[in-house]
Amino acid sequence: MNIEIRNGRVIDPKNGVDRNTSLFIADGKVAGLGEAPAGFVADEAIDATGCVVCPGLIDLGARLNSIEAELAAAVAGGVTSVVVPPDADPPLDEPELADRLVHRGKEIGKARVLPLGALTLGLNGERLAELAGLKKAGCVAFSQANKPVVDTEALLRAMEYAATFDFAVWLQPQDYWLSRNGIAHEGEVANRLGLAGIPVAAETIAIATIVQLARDTGCRVHLTRLSSAAGVALARQAVDEGLPVSFDIGVHHLLLTENDIGFFNPHARFCPPLRAQNDRQALSTAAGSGLAAICSDHTPVGADDKLLPFGEAKPGATGLEVLLPLTLKWAEAAGIALPQALERITAAPAAVLGLPSGQLAVGATADVCIFDPQATWQLTPEALKSRGKNSPWQGYMMTGKVRTTLVGGRVVYSA
Amino acid sequence: MHNPQLNKDGELIHLLSIEGLPQRILTQILDTAASFMEVSAREVKKVPLLRGKSVFNLFFENSTRTRTTFEIAAKRLSADVINLDINKSSASKGETLLDTIDNLCAMHANLFVVRHASSGAPYLIAEHLQNIGRDDVHVVNAGDGRHAHPTQGLLDMYTIRHYKKDFTQLRVAIVGDILHSRVARSDIHALTTLGVPEVRAIGPETLLPKHLDKLGVHVFHDMEEGLKDVDVIIMLRLQNERMTGALLPSAGEYFRHYGLTPQKLALARPDAIVMHPGPMNRGVEIHSAVADGSQAVILPQVTFGIAVRMAVMSIVAGN
Repeated sequence: MNIEIRNGRVIDPKNGVDRNTSLFIADGKVAGLGEAPAGFVADEAIDATGCVVCPGLIDLGARLNSIEAELAAAVAGGVTSVVVPPDADPPLDEPELADRLVHRGKEIGKARVLPLGALTLGLNGERLAELAGLKKAGCVAFSQANKPVVDTEALLRAMEYAATFDFAVWLQPQDYWLSRNGIAHEGEVANRLGLAGIPVAAETIAIATIVQLARDTGCRVHLTRLSSAAGVALARQAVDEGLPVSFDIGVHHLLLTENDIGFFNPHARFCPPLRAQNDRQALSTAAGSGLAAICSDHTPVGADDKLLPFGEAKPGATGLEVLLPLTLKWAEAAGIALPQALERITAAPAAVLGLPSGQLAVGATADVCIFDPQATWQLTPEALKSRGKNSPWQGYMMTGKVRTTLVGGRVVYSA
Repeated sequence: MHNPQLNKDGELIHLLSIEGLPQRILTQILDTAASFMEVSAREVKKVPLLRGKSVFNLFFENSTRTRTTFEIAAKRLSADVINLDINKSSASKGETLLDTIDNLCAMHANLFVVRHASSGAPYLIAEHLQNIGRDDVHVVNAGDGRHAHPTQGLLDMYTIRHYKKDFTQLRVAIVGDILHSRVARSDIHALTTLGVPEVRAIGPETLLPKHLDKLGVHVFHDMEEGLKDVDVIIMLRLQNERMTGALLPSAGEYFRHYGLTPQKLALARPDAIVMHPGPMNRGVEIHSAVADGSQAVILPQVTFGIAVRMAVMSIVAGN
């Protein structure tokens, strides 16, 4: 199947491409840019007039509670690869479970499923899961999702073991003791609303511990969902030191702060919590400078689990279908050029994963997102394919709409 | 941001928190409460303002005292009062908070008095009532988590006004576990709204929330320094469970530093009043000689509380 995508603005941040031209796809790969390869006859032409043609988005964190609906949501959001944290029910701590998830993803045939295996059995932070077995079953790295390893010795051993096989370990830096009772950033808003606080030190202590262990073990570490200015500063130090560490930030944390809790809005409850304005500013700078990739941290939560008092509501927001428009919104507000913004959700996450995807070079797998950067749409429950309708943006207008998504040169979504 | 307590004409339809309420509404409540003081002194202690209305006391957290004062207040307004001890009924059967509310609305409830262990629960209920178009049903917060206890805050203001007349010349000290106290948060908002120029918070760092200065409060760790020349002292109850963690070493050490003794009281103005929301821990936060002394106004607070709750219920149900 040969496809020509015509008249679009092709942006391939990794290879510095940004021009109006045609993209040619053959045998599931990018076959040419601008010029058709010899003998190319298009079976299908896609008119991308007024649209941006970019690599398919790679989301470093999306929970797939009902996998069919969520993978449909992914491609509707232009996401062609999703990294799935292991905190499913049951947790992804056995090779058979990972195998089944990968198989199911292929069967559905929409976005690629890249599972993170559980670092410890049941994510309980005590006994190691069978990392090599999980890797063989298709896990791309190992993680605790947002459950801290309480026992520092267990964390050290887990990282040593992972380093033995050069497996990467993904951790959300949050000290168990300082975060276990908290429900909001320890700041002005939590104080006013009488919500138990999670201090910034919960993040910085965990980063300092993990970075020290990375230094000692040589384990490759990816720290997920940074939330604070002080955390960003530690992240920058670790990178400057040349340690094998990378970072990501949830897109909501680039746009919202503790003030968005308003009068106890449960849709503004996140893990880690939304923090203060200066924290949001530092996160924005970190994403802008390329220190961190951006992800959706897609967390579908049923209405019944949100229609509760703030502290009882489950944290998280739907993300797969808003990752692109919210990244565009952030970029516009922060004065980041479109190619740089797209880099944070394509090439940057590919680099975290060590994958050759996230680009449109000739020969690359044809995972492509075609979107209209001007089109607006209203975020309503009906507008979302995800089962997760939980969003602080319900009712808001979003700018940026995906028209077509291709995975491996196959159209998997078309608006 | 829309304040869910007020209707579009700026009238009070729910009492959820003191924060965000204008001074005129606080004053209206205190003035209305003053007019009800006389009712409680009558032989027939009733006015017909809420006749035919149903007040549901929804206590998701136990409290005999607060519930009783709301019950008395509602009965003096001639309302029908239904007490629901939710711990023992719906919640244990898995019914959600909002399902409970829907069911009680179907029973023609007019006013919910809500106490809940989670901060913000009364907001959730008020928002839900708005979403289902029941603007004829009102919510009064009787204490939610650490967030607010607005009727306690108002009765404290009534007490201060009764003894001190003018808010704008006062120094008020709040002493003790402010971090976990919904009463303290409501008092702070009420005092600053009513124009008290100096509100002090006294306690160890473990019992004080961060950013208190943002609420216009001066923090003191030394009680003797903090009590100097104050007109009003509000003592807070120290819950026993605060002793089990790392917040405080012992009740004895707490009392030595932050217990109100006659010696420390002597540092305040000679006409200073001593308040406490009850129930008191004698020998932990307050010495018996002070609790029973001439400057204590702790029992009048309870009496005023009934008039204040009558005022709040009659105003919200009347709007």
